[in-house]
Amino acid sequence: MKRLNAMSRTSRVNFLTYALVIAAFVVLQALSMGGGLSATLQGQLVPVCAYVVMALSLNLTVGVLGELSLGHAGFMSVGAFSGAVAASALQGVIPASGVRLALAMLIGAVFAGIVGTLISVPVLRLNGDYLAIVTLAFGQIIKSIIENLYVGVDGSGLHFSFLKPTVTLEQGGRMILNGPMGIPNIEKISTFLAGFLLILITLVIIFNLVNSRSGRAIMALRDNRIAAESVGINVTKYKMMAFVTSAALAGAAGALFSLGQNTIVAAKFDFNTSILILVYVVLGGQGNMWGSIVAASFLTILPESDAMRGLRDYRMLVYAIVLILVMLATNSPAIKGLFGQILDRTRSKKGGNTP
Amino acid sequence: MMKKSRFLSLALTGALCLSLLAGCGSSGGGGAASTPAPNGGGDVSTPAPAPAGDAFKIGGVGPLTGGAAIYGNAAANGARIAADEINALGGIQIDLRYEDDAHDAEKSVNAYNTLKGWGMQIFLGSVTSTPGVATSSEANRDKIFYLTPSASSTDVLGGVSNPLTGTVDVQRKECVYQMCFVDPNQGSASAQYIADQNLGSSIAVIYKNDDVYSTGVYNSFAAKAEELKLNVVSVTTFTEDTKTDFSVQLNDAKAQGADLVFLPMYYDAAALIFTQANAMDYAPKWFGIDGMDGILGVEGFDTSLAEGVMLLTPFNADAEDEATRSFVSKYQEKYGEIPNQFAADAYDCVYAIYNALVAGNATPDMNAANLSSLLIEQFNSMTFDGLTGEGMTWDVTGAVSKSPKGMVIQNGAYVGMD
Repeated sequence: MKRLNAMSRTSRVNFLTYALVIAAFVVLQALSMGGGLSATLQGQLVPVCAYVVMALSLNLTVGVLGELSLGHAGFMSVGAFSGAVAASALQGVIPASGVRLALAMLIGAVFAGIVGTLISVPVLRLNGDYLAIVTLAFGQIIKSIIENLYVGVDGSGLHFSFLKPTVTLEQGGRMILNGPMGIPNIEKISTFLAGFLLILITLVIIFNLVNSRSGRAIMALRDNRIAAESVGINVTKYKMMAFVTSAALAGAAGALFSLGQNTIVAAKFDFNTSILILVYVVLGGQGNMWGSIVAASFLTILPESDAMRGLRDYRMLVYAIVLILVMLATNSPAIKGLFGQILDRTRSKKGGNTP
Repeated sequence: MMKKSRFLSLALTGALCLSLLAGCGSSGGGGAASTPAPNGGGDVSTPAPAPAGDAFKIGGVGPLTGGAAIYGNAAANGARIAADEINALGGIQIDLRYEDDAHDAEKSVNAYNTLKGWGMQIFLGSVTSTPGVATSSEANRDKIFYLTPSASSTDVLGGVSNPLTGTVDVQRKECVYQMCFVDPNQGSASAQYIADQNLGSSIAVIYKNDDVYSTGVYNSFAAKAEELKLNVVSVTTFTEDTKTDFSVQLNDAKAQGADLVFLPMYYDAAALIFTQANAMDYAPKWFGIDGMDGILGVEGFDTSLAEGVMLLTPFNADAEDEATRSFVSKYQEKYGEIPNQFAADAYDCVYAIYNALVAGNATPDMNAANLSSLLIEQFNSMTFDGLTGEGMTWDVTGAVSKSPKGMVIQNGAYVGMD
């Protein structure tokens, strides 16, 4: 405890974030092995991990870089489809599912990173609302492209066609990606452990980036672009660094997500999904990583929980009301003051180092 | 103090709102049954009167909310009527529960898992195709019998070869059966029908290329049309985001001189197409598939525009036989609208399962895996007469064999065309 108090505020928060993730993993894993989890929750473990990573990566763009991105699901989509196609094509080559999953996530991250780089060239010349609109459009473009892409595999490798399924495959070949019908049969190889590791890796990357010289440059750009530019910070370089890292992490999350599903279609990763992830970030607090983790897990599990299903047709209505109430509550100065008072009281009781 | 009391009042208001809504929900939407809700939403998941424990737990998943809710609610309502009828007979009791998936594959698996946690023994599957592909894989892995009313994609069954590439992309899922036509059958049957009846000399197709159902039908139609040397002059597409304006597609069809337009899509988009074609004085013959059924019930749609529309569908709400009339009147009484083929398919699903359970002497204490192998055996051998067809049979592929009825809309009603 003493060492915890001796740490700087940032490293204390980072340490507690890691502790939160590890504790949650241990508890859930124990419950899952002991059969204490409901079937619904058991099935949601992998998607929750993917959404947590999505929220963390978007928080890098929105919270740390300070640019509003409305096309984050597009990167998830790129990662999801490239990862799932890779895992499916490598089925015969690499039988070990763990290795295949890791490779798929890496491929998903690389492809999403490449797309992120391509997109960032025009996008990062813009600011604020204009940037948001262009990222939104890119999300739609990615969706349209994947909806028209056909991928088949046979003995001689992968075959692609665009717009029309004109792929000719030799004997024993099969289609993997069928345009709008997506990938119909995914072997579920994602595990909760892999999701947990991906969250940890994401946290390590984000915390190290934020606490580095580059991270401070990125935050300087967020706080005052003109001032930052005037002291010689390369705007394009640092913006791109944050944006592409965010895209690559979203790609890895996409691969984790798709390999935990039976089927994925491009329409799944639409504007609504981007907004959903943005909601996680805003609810958890911009720039606040543990907040994103909590918000993403809570808001993914809540609408599917048995208690909410008990509300039947009113389920999504109540979900929306809960969202609005949480938004109001976390932004209300009265509640912030209340939390502040509680925090002060506990600190003064301990006779601790209140500032 | 002032601040605290304001917070308190906010919290209390929130709590009140929640309890109010929760109250509405748990009362089972009794109001929805007496007042005709536009989409027949409401009390689809009211628990059956049968005592749990000696009833078969049958679950279903469908879009009860969201853009596709009209299909999910129709199926849930149809299944509910069948379950109530069977429970009233006093023999085998059915405990039916429908869960919402909002037409999303991920949510449908969550809903499926919820039902599994509830102790579901037999699964009525997903109502729509994309979620159906996901839930059928899950159910097959868990060895739970799966009979879907309307998820018509071949990927739901598995083991069917892709009409364009000739490859089998999904392995057959042994526990999965369909009550509806499988998409390729509809596409090739339509092409065959058009060729046999010589309905059009130049044909245009408009389909929805981000939809599994529409694309599936189109692909098989295209393959069959080429084989039959049909003269397809225009093929245009639309997506979920562009389904409000069809002027480009219709102008293309008109410019190419198409005298028959094939519309493999659901009726909501088709209603707009008819209206817009009428506005531009384009009056070809229209040919639809089973998703077109229900077009006469679209609110605010001038049904005279659908005059002469031909469609292949398994169910006709205006049929004169006793079973259909009784079903339609019950449905109208309970939900205030004319049932479409989704409702009829779900109704048939429950009865088909009921017949198989009776024939196999199944008891509610059997587990899902045993019930599954019993039902598979029954389905592979039995013949079933329902609302959507007479003498239906299934084989190991899981696809139903029944003949589509050619219908044409005349004077605002469906009439068999033969």
